[in-house]
Amino acid sequence: MDEVRPLLELTGATVRFGADAALDHVDFRLFPGEVHSLMGENGAGKSTLIKAITGALAMDEGELRLAGERVAFASPHEAQRAGISTVYQEIELLPNLSVAENIFLGREPRRSGVISRQLMRERAAGLLQELGLSIDPGSLLGTHSVAVQQLVAIARAISADVRVLVLDEPTSSLDLDEVAELFRLIRELKARGVAILFVSHFLDQVYELADRITVLRDGAMVGEYLTGELLRIDLVQKMLGREIGEVRARGRASEDDADEASAAVLRARGLSVGQGIADADVDLAEGEVLGVAGLLGSGRTSLAHGLTGVAHLEAGVIRIESEAVRLDSPRHAISFGVVYSSENRRRDGIVAELSVVDNITLALQSERGVFRRIPPARRRELAASWVDALDIRPPDLDRPVGTLSGGNQQKVLLARLLALSPRVLVLDEPTRGIDVGAKVEIQNLVAELADNGMSVVFISAELEEVLRVGDRVAVMRDGRIVETVAAADLTADSLLALVAQPDEDEGED
Amino acid sequence: MTAIYKHRLFWPIVALLTLIVVNAVARPQFIKITMRDGELYGPLISILRESAPLMLVALGMTIVIATRGIDLSVGATMAVSGAVALTIIDGSDDPGNVGTVLIACVVAVLVSLVLGAWNGFLVSVVGIQPIIATLVLMLAGRGVALLITGGFITTVNSEPFAFIASGYLFALPFAFLIGLVAIIVLSLVERRTALGVLTEAVGINPEASRLAGVRSRSIIWGAYMVSGMLAGIAGLIYASNIKAADANAAGVFIELYAILAVVLGGTSLNGGKFSIAGTVVGVLIIQTLESTILFLGVSSAQSPVFFAVVVVIVVIVQSSRLRDGLAALSTRLRSRSEADEKVEVA
Repeated sequence: MDEVRPLLELTGATVRFGADAALDHVDFRLFPGEVHSLMGENGAGKSTLIKAITGALAMDEGELRLAGERVAFASPHEAQRAGISTVYQEIELLPNLSVAENIFLGREPRRSGVISRQLMRERAAGLLQELGLSIDPGSLLGTHSVAVQQLVAIARAISADVRVLVLDEPTSSLDLDEVAELFRLIRELKARGVAILFVSHFLDQVYELADRITVLRDGAMVGEYLTGELLRIDLVQKMLGREIGEVRARGRASEDDADEASAAVLRARGLSVGQGIADADVDLAEGEVLGVAGLLGSGRTSLAHGLTGVAHLEAGVIRIESEAVRLDSPRHAISFGVVYSSENRRRDGIVAELSVVDNITLALQSERGVFRRIPPARRRELAASWVDALDIRPPDLDRPVGTLSGGNQQKVLLARLLALSPRVLVLDEPTRGIDVGAKVEIQNLVAELADNGMSVVFISAELEEVLRVGDRVAVMRDGRIVETVAAADLTADSLLALVAQPDEDEGED
Repeated sequence: MTAIYKHRLFWPIVALLTLIVVNAVARPQFIKITMRDGELYGPLISILRESAPLMLVALGMTIVIATRGIDLSVGATMAVSGAVALTIIDGSDDPGNVGTVLIACVVAVLVSLVLGAWNGFLVSVVGIQPIIATLVLMLAGRGVALLITGGFITTVNSEPFAFIASGYLFALPFAFLIGLVAIIVLSLVERRTALGVLTEAVGINPEASRLAGVRSRSIIWGAYMVSGMLAGIAGLIYASNIKAADANAAGVFIELYAILAVVLGGTSLNGGKFSIAGTVVGVLIIQTLESTILFLGVSSAQSPVFFAVVVVIVVIVQSSRLRDGLAALSTRLRSRSEADEKVEVA
């Protein structure tokens, strides 16, 4: 290993924004044919480091060497021509163009000087097949799911002559099968000698894939380690720089609590929402956390939509404290104390350009009505109390929410819902894409809310999290709740088996 | 000092003051205001009076744009409003009766409100894109107005009706006072109730607002109704000024000037954050510019070009990207002599 020269080597990289150093003398190296993972909490400098490598950002100090030669990229385009391709977390493709056009945008295959659509489609079809994607290359990108779009972005990245592939959270919107497909591809590229920089919040994936890990904290380098020699707990500690806050042990609702049915805050029977879910039953007791586990597309989000008035119910009855209700809009659901936090924080959650105080008081204000304005002093007092209670940072009420980190945006959203004093809180992937510290805080908060009598539906793609937070776990597959099991009776492996089980045994209809 | 410099109304106000100074230098009587029979006169007062229709339309446009929409039908609505009012007055036995004129005006404004409600229905309930939804009425509205007047230009001789555009109250033009009342009422409604912030929320992120329980539909619908109603009042002022209902000439291109005023005032066409004060300044810039063209004796053939050139300059001066670019350039030029200097990102 030692005689192999790194393909890409960054030394003493420093990037300053004003007086703050976002990156402070960081060294980073990437060998051909290795997967190297960059780890750190949000704000640790991972994105800045990636941008410094891909030419999206100029370094104040430090040098970048590619195959031993000193280089300085003025733009991502230049970096790409040198063989460095990047796939960002937020998809940066054009939904109104076809899949093939997106893959070859800017370097369309030509035949005698004219763009050849046929050639483009053929090559795109080949690339997509390599990725295990069976979609029509001529179809519009926007008609596909986020996961497929993410894979198309990856297809685009590898369609060029790639020597270094940078993947920034490529799996955050993929389900297990797609992740497996992506990993297979990454291993193949690795075998071809491509150097891969892989950034992910999922420790499992990092341990499965990465050969080497570099840890950053607060813009500074903590160290570079071989994955095999670094224990998980040590990795998390290095990332956090402190002892990891233990998830509070919850007093589980004891099994012999009599009259479970009468204590149900919410009972849903036979819910059907379009193609999303069919005939789903949900029971939610006071102070209970119901975890929902399932793959992407299993209907977990549709279930949340059906319970909260976001989607129109085709069939089924919802009873809240044994009174049958029709929830035909989120507003209506809110009036019954049922609130929903979307999985897509940026698109369906925050109002990015409005301030923290406006965002926190938004739902409460709309519930009161336009003409009963909450007095400004009261608004600020209310918002400040939530900022304090949830430890939203920076504690600046007038800052536009869009400028906060993902974890803090999620907290602002939670504050908006909690300000309504809801009875039922439906959280769809509340911890997606946020750093480890904030994740633990949100899990603890859910536990605390449930201890105080609130009923919570907690949806997450991470099975361990569902197990840790939920009292019971509803397992979803193909739009059905196939089983609801007490969390205490499950392990991560047994839950995985339930979630991933093929559907053959459901042969009765 | 830097706080003033960074205020978002700084550049619009600078543009307005510059226009006034240029005029005053060219012809000093531009800024002269005289009192005759307890009524104020002078070019500046005329600007205030003549800006009233555009002011009303632009205020409504501001609210519509804040919801991510646009209302192209305001000019046509003005034509309908004028046609309705004049047809009622013309058909009455006593055109000079204050009561008749009042009824005519109320009916005209109510009709305009209905037109606004129609736009709002198409946008918020049917879900048609605002530019298309309001295009329908923009094209059909003048036809409706012609239908009401029977294809003629209805003219009336009515003292109370003429008062709307040319009368004075408290030494100030009545038309200006109408605009002033609209500014004050709208500001109070938007900022003293929660309507302003909810409108911004809907404009910035409609889906997030819906999930938070905001009545997006009513807010959007209401914005078009307000726009229709204000356009109706603007139509009355226009008709009163020429004492006639001219369906083909009333409010022609006013939708474009209104959009321009909103943008000059710093409200983004992408919706969201809006500024009523900004729109007021934007309207005054446009009206002062129109007066400048007349005042400087620019020939009517050249005046659109002159107008365009000045607007381009004002927009460029306001462009923050250009200013940042210039600032960075000058810093770089200066720092050549000095050691490395930090470019401060504003």
